[in-house]
Amino acid sequence: MLDITPSLFMLQLMTGIALGAVYALLAIGLSLIFGMLTVVNFAHGAFFMVGAFLGVYFLALTGSFWLSLVIAPLVVGAIGLLAERFLVRPLYGRGIDYPLLLTFGLSYVLIDVVRAVFGIEGLPSSTPASLRGAVDLGFGHFPLYRLFLIGATAVVVLALWLFLEKTRYGLIIRAGSRDSEIVRVLGVDIAKVWWLVFGLGTAIAGLSGVLAAPTRAVNPEMGIHVLAEAFVVTVVGGMGSLPGAVVAGLLVGVVFSMTALLAPAYAEMSIFVLMALVLLVRPQGFFGKAGALG
Amino acid sequence: MNLHSVVNGIARHRVASALLFLLIFPLLMPYEALAINILIYGLFAVGFNLVFGYTGMLSFGHASFLGVGSYLTGIAMVHFGVHWIPAIFVGVLASLVAGLFVGYLAIRTRGIYFSMVTLALGQVIYYAFYKAERWTGGENGLRGVNAEVIDLFGLRIDFLNPLTKYYIIWLFVALALWLVSRILASPFGSVIESIRENEKRTVACGYDVARAKLLIFVISAGICGLAGALRALHLSVVPVDSLHYLQSGQVVMMALLGGMGSFFGPFVGAGVFLYFEDIATNVTKYWMGAVGLLFMALILFFPRGIWGSLMYQLKQRGMLQGDRE
Amino acid sequence: MSHQDSNNVIAANRRQLLQLGAAGAALGTTPFLFNIASAQTATIKIGFPVPLTGAFSAEAQDQVRAAEIAIKEFNDAGGFNGRKAELLVRDDKLNPGEAATRTLELIEKDKVDFIVGSLSAATQLSINAVTRERKIIFNSISQSDAINEAKDWSLYTFHEALNPHMTAGAVARYAFPKFGKRVVYLTADYAYGHEMVRGFERAGKTLGATTLADIRHPIGAADYSSFLPRIQSLKPDVLVMCNFGRDLVNSVKQATDFGLKEKTRIITPILLFTARQAAGADVFDGVVGGTSYYWGMEDSVPAAKTFNDKFRKAYGGAVPSDYGALGYAGIRSVLQGVLNAKSTDSLKVSEAMGQLKYNWYKGDQYFRKCDHQSVQSVIIVESKSKGMKDKNDVFKVVGMESPNEANLRSCMELGHKA
Repeated sequence: MLDITPSLFMLQLMTGIALGAVYALLAIGLSLIFGMLTVVNFAHGAFFMVGAFLGVYFLALTGSFWLSLVIAPLVVGAIGLLAERFLVRPLYGRGIDYPLLLTFGLSYVLIDVVRAVFGIEGLPSSTPASLRGAVDLGFGHFPLYRLFLIGATAVVVLALWLFLEKTRYGLIIRAGSRDSEIVRVLGVDIAKVWWLVFGLGTAIAGLSGVLAAPTRAVNPEMGIHVLAEAFVVTVVGGMGSLPGAVVAGLLVGVVFSMTALLAPAYAEMSIFVLMALVLLVRPQGFFGKAGALG
Repeated sequence: MNLHSVVNGIARHRVASALLFLLIFPLLMPYEALAINILIYGLFAVGFNLVFGYTGMLSFGHASFLGVGSYLTGIAMVHFGVHWIPAIFVGVLASLVAGLFVGYLAIRTRGIYFSMVTLALGQVIYYAFYKAERWTGGENGLRGVNAEVIDLFGLRIDFLNPLTKYYIIWLFVALALWLVSRILASPFGSVIESIRENEKRTVACGYDVARAKLLIFVISAGICGLAGALRALHLSVVPVDSLHYLQSGQVVMMALLGGMGSFFGPFVGAGVFLYFEDIATNVTKYWMGAVGLLFMALILFFPRGIWGSLMYQLKQRGMLQGDRE
Repeated sequence: MSHQDSNNVIAANRRQLLQLGAAGAALGTTPFLFNIASAQTATIKIGFPVPLTGAFSAEAQDQVRAAEIAIKEFNDAGGFNGRKAELLVRDDKLNPGEAATRTLELIEKDKVDFIVGSLSAATQLSINAVTRERKIIFNSISQSDAINEAKDWSLYTFHEALNPHMTAGAVARYAFPKFGKRVVYLTADYAYGHEMVRGFERAGKTLGATTLADIRHPIGAADYSSFLPRIQSLKPDVLVMCNFGRDLVNSVKQATDFGLKEKTRIITPILLFTARQAAGADVFDGVVGGTSYYWGMEDSVPAAKTFNDKFRKAYGGAVPSDYGALGYAGIRSVLQGVLNAKSTDSLKVSEAMGQLKYNWYKGDQYFRKCDHQSVQSVIIVESKSKGMKDKNDVFKVVGMESPNEANLRSCMELGHKA
């Protein structure tokens, strides 16, 4: 029935990679926060959503997509910093469940705040003028913006890797995720590190929201769905592992995309089946050791 | 007869006292359907808490058992014409089986991975039921779950009468609560609590921990399945979101709100959550944010939950003996 | 004071505050107070469960606004034997379980006489499951094919809104001859989506259309990019988006990104007025769809002008949306039934409504006997992207299909004996 030509296959694959890029960014933020703070951030989808709204808002305000790409994640990161300082920090030491549940409640609040500020309908978002149109990749026309997405994600991942591997702050973060006690003993204010890492993780979530906004409808509920998918990726890659987040993000994006081609009705279910399988066969995921980064 | 002895008397017969209170409960609520929802979700939360509060495993997929119970009861009635009483047993049986399936797979993992596995399996079950449109109605839900009228010795049991519906459901909830209480008071109950406290030591003491975990998981699934079966009869429909992870998240919230370390905490939590949500919905369109705020406040300031904090205060004042809550 | 003591003091204060709050709340909502408060004249109570919060709250709020006009008209005209009508609005959160609970509340606590409402297939079926057992009339104001079917239907079930079959058929009859016969469907994988495909295919068969593919996507999916390359490679004349609301906005947007609009015409069964306003002109450029009502009809339909003017007068120049108009019609049909039956008894009103012939806002309508489906016109609109006079001028009316029972599924097919 369906003629799967090589060009269709390639196009579908590219689509999966673009989808995976968004997943990867989200998972990186989640993994950072989990690896460092052992906090499962149930509000991650909400931060993604806030990022998308702020991205559209700042674009309308400044007229520049590039400016909004910088400002919006910073604002989202700031909200994350506030949240960590006043909501999450008091809960450390009480076990893994409490911060998780707090972020669950936080997501509810974020959604309603966005509704109150921006309205219930959401905001119209369109592809920035300079990135419109499609590119002929040889096997078909692929949206330019999605190529940009893949590129932008690659840049962010590279920047993050450089930061973690080549700078002192990165060193502290990596050490802290491996053994926070020792780092504390060595005189580092670990609370401050955690604070900043939470902010960084949420800022990345916001960034993925800004990047994703032109490709989908921007409404207050957009984070609910995305969160479950982000969890799938984080688990498959290994909670706390950055390379895991990237690899798994791309993998899940491609799995979803290919299943959508062959058995579209089962695309959603397939990624959760994948998640369950990984958890049962190799619970730490591809690259994970709880607390390992990089 | 002072306050001290009254409190301890109530505590000693905790189930009986609770059930007595629940008898007059509908009079305190603005409408019976809300009171019935509280009964049902109270039972759901108590069942969930067997795994969460008592054994220390945070399951994020317990909505599966609520949903399976609801759907199988509904399917038995709508597609096979089974009478509502045996249909309830069908629902409970199905949720026991589901509990066995999920539990068997999930028990091998621990901590956050356990939560993630239950979330994933829960979503798989959700999509499976969603797609089985012919049986479940898919997105439209299963409709027509109507309990037949029973005429027993001149007594008319008609679910269309809200108070009758409440007391019939109360009967089932009463049985289940009594059962749970017995289980927790038994040696087995001590085993699962010791698993929560220190799993390695329990193993060292020679207990088959894996088997105990699986058993409590299955029992928990059955209780939640019963709550689901009752919900189907209450609403006459089974909505598909009964199986979604947001529903699982909601029962976790309820258990925490009330206090997961106690028998009644979850029940109280369910009641407060639903009542508050009802009021908030009538007062503001931002009820979701209000619920979120309430929830965060409770986690930050009342980590023992409402009921748990109350019990703690009573114990601090010496009004309550150590193990009664 | 020791640490422990101060903790206890704080804790005790906390508890007192809680207790006070809880007592206050409980007292304020017990049935006792309610009974005292509502022992007044016996108004005709109409329950109105709609999703005031959630994805379709904009439409729902419009439904409430329009419904209130209908109530006010009725009351101003003297009501029924001096009895006034009252609208009891409740938020069903677009959630079928919540809708059922609210319906139970309306029936058991508020003792409503009738129920009008809903804005999704799942919620209306849920409400209907509760109302029909208790013999309360329910007039549904949103789309569903299932509600007409015998197994969900009852004497007390009425369907004011269009159903997917009618809507899809009308759009098919306009679009296929005009744009081409090679069709691909991108369908939301739930009953509503399937119903729309069925409507399109059936109409399409008589027109010689061929289905190249029916691609199912999960409802609420944010990303449709996975489905688009395949559609691209099939090169259809027409791409039918069988989804609704936000799903439609998302899928059309992404289809545009993938350059599908160059060779393919995109059509959809329902173009929502508020969704089009929210999404902006670019997204829906060139898209053709169906609707139950568009205010722009007032140029050719006098009843629409009358209705629009009432709405403008009541709400400072605003115009009603498609679902808003249904809110108005749903209430008016029920209240007219009361007047005609000279009673509020459910059975009598049901009979009266069954015989109603009316023109509330868009032309002649009546309820078909076997399934109480309101036989009505379907309007075909095309989204505007330039030359818009104001934010309401978003569609161009390109076609209007007159009311015709032949466009509905037959009574027998739905399982009715009549």
